[in-house]
Amino acid sequence: MDIVVLLKQVPATESIIAVGGDGKSIKTDDLKWVISPYDEFAVEEALRIREGQGGKVTILTVGPDKATEAVRTALAMGADEGVLINDPAALACDGLGVARILAAALKQMPFDLVIAGQRAVDDDNYLVGTAVAEYMGIPNISMVNREEIADGKIKCRQTIEGGTVTLEADLPVLFTTQRGLNEPRYASLPGIMKAKKKPLETKSLADLGIDAATLQPVTAIAALQPPPERKGGRIIEGETAAEKAAELVKLLSEEAKVL
Amino acid sequence: MSVLAIAEQRDGTFRKVTYEVVSEARRVADSLGTDLAAVVLGSGVEAIAGELGKYGADKVLVADHPALAEQITEPYTNVIADIAGKQSAEVLVIGASSQGKDLAARLAARLNAGLAMDCVAVTVEGGNVAATRPMYGGKVLAEVALNGSPKIVAVRPNAMSITENPKDGSVEKLDVDPGEGRLRFVEKKLETEKVELTEADVIVSGGRGMGGSDYTLVEGLAEVLGAAVGASRSAVDEGWRPHSDQVGQTGKTVSPNLYVACGISGAIQHLAGMSSSKVIVAINKDPEAPIFSKADYGIVGDLFEIVPLVTEEIKKRKG
Ligand SMILES: Cc1cc2nc3c(=O)[nH]c(=O)nc-3n(C[C@H](O)[C@H](O)[C@H](O)COP(=O)(O)OP(=O)(O)OC[C@H]3O[C@@H](n4cnc5c(N)ncnc54)[C@H](O)[C@@H]3O)c2cc1C
Ligand SMILES: Nc1ncnc2c1ncn2[C@@H]1O[C@H](COP(=O)(O)O)[C@@H](O)[C@H]1O
Repeated sequence: MDIVVLLKQVPATESIIAVGGDGKSIKTDDLKWVISPYDEFAVEEALRIREGQGGKVTILTVGPDKATEAVRTALAMGADEGVLINDPAALACDGLGVARILAAALKQMPFDLVIAGQRAVDDDNYLVGTAVAEYMGIPNISMVNREEIADGKIKCRQTIEGGTVTLEADLPVLFTTQRGLNEPRYASLPGIMKAKKKPLETKSLADLGIDAATLQPVTAIAALQPPPERKGGRIIEGETAAEKAAELVKLLSEEAKVL
Repeated sequence: MSVLAIAEQRDGTFRKVTYEVVSEARRVADSLGTDLAAVVLGSGVEAIAGELGKYGADKVLVADHPALAEQITEPYTNVIADIAGKQSAEVLVIGASSQGKDLAARLAARLNAGLAMDCVAVTVEGGNVAATRPMYGGKVLAEVALNGSPKIVAVRPNAMSITENPKDGSVEKLDVDPGEGRLRFVEKKLETEKVELTEADVIVSGGRGMGGSDYTLVEGLAEVLGAAVGASRSAVDEGWRPHSDQVGQTGKTVSPNLYVACGISGAIQHLAGMSSSKVIVAINKDPEAPIFSKADYGIVGDLFEIVPLVTEEIKKRKG
């Protein structure tokens, strides 16, 4: 079973995000970078499938030099190989552009299954995985919290509002991850040592035979803004718990008018 | 040129987001000076379609086919892409529900459409369409310009107002081709009594301060408020609550009218997911808890004492 994981490096979720001087991008100076949490689920699931059925897990990333760290971390978790597509033109793309690049890379490698995050927790686009499936002409199943592979078929349980839907398809398929799918393992020390020797190939768009002109963005960030400041901080006073509770309910009803 | 509003129905009933989608699409169509067609996909859904005229649909296109009974992204994409072409759609408005997001994404790739996912506002100026959407789990708001044609806006559930604006709404049944069914439907399981977090007007959440899986207190308050129950990641990691209850940057982003946080410290990942709530209430025994700096109203105290009292007070007030 050849499994490809689409993985993006993003700022750690504990980061404070500040808007940069151009008003269109974020300040990246002091950020710590990690594998997007939903992509970590994807790596973990790929490893479990390989452990059960054999095969190979390849990590595929579009990103700058720094993204090498994220690929190495996935290799240290146990993935077999990494491919980093690092090209200035790739970094200027929108989500559909990134998906086109990933699809072009996938066309150069064997795969039975592609796993992506439901969303990258930086742009929260929920787009790239599904778009890759469309460009590859394969079915996709989103927000999967359980999967089962047998006889060349995959059965996936996806979460929807208030419940789940289970779908089945013949491989190859792309699915995206949901919390609950698994608990990702940590990279062990031996894993980190081994990862240093695992193959990690860097490719340019030219290597993939992509003409950057075909990656014309259809979306553009015109501006970024911090969300409206919350005033907050009003503590309700009272002699007893009952007084506080009564005062809260009064304020919610008469001042905030939300009851 | 036209605007298409993609309705979402489940088992013959429109989801609330559908009315938000049609209302918002009407505003977009008016700004562009074009007609609005609502599109209803499903099996045996013709009877419900006409209702969408009430929210501003000039006509309602019905794609009725057994293969569309369940919302599955691929056949839905095939049908909608075809309709978008035939109707010369300039803008498609879709509800950013779980399945709606996937549909919007696959359609964007199929149509090479600029897509704003999960947007909270749409603006049309001089024929240009832009949308406001949260990024980094709500830590920043992005203004996204949409280029290309058509464009897709996937609107966040609960973010757009529902407006009655009666139009003709004449129903037209289409001949549709859902394509080969590569995804086979196995089963659907629903917890019907549960209020969905992303659609709830009021949410009561419990964190590690709950001290265990007994959420009776939080559920009691939620019941008198008609609220959904949420949780912090710690409560989910402890196994006290299901994953689907998690609010935050790696869980659900919510923006109810009222969010009550019980025994939640207010870590940045939690705040990211709920700080766009209209009114936030925090109940926490630690006066230094960061949640208080975001809460409109805070009570410092033991939740096991405070929450039942609040529940009683609300019962009294509601009579
Ligand atoms: C990659 C990553 C992603 C994450 N994503 C999320 C996410 O999406 N959502 C999320 O919520 N977290 C997320 N977290 C976790 C986050 O950092 C915090 O650990 C978590 O939110 C803390 O949950 P909590 O507030 O319930 O627990 P704690 O921080 O332990 O706070 C418990 C609070 O309860 C109060 N308390 C205790 N007993 C009582 C009582 N009897 N009465 C009143 N108050 C009481 C305490 O004073 C304390 O403030 C993420 C972390 C990482 C690393
Ligand atoms: N630059 C990238 N490189 C590799 N995979 C990506 C990249 N961007 C997004 N993805 C994949 O697509 C998923 C959804 O991302 P997004 O559409 O940006 O929210 C991510 O969880 C990844 O699996």
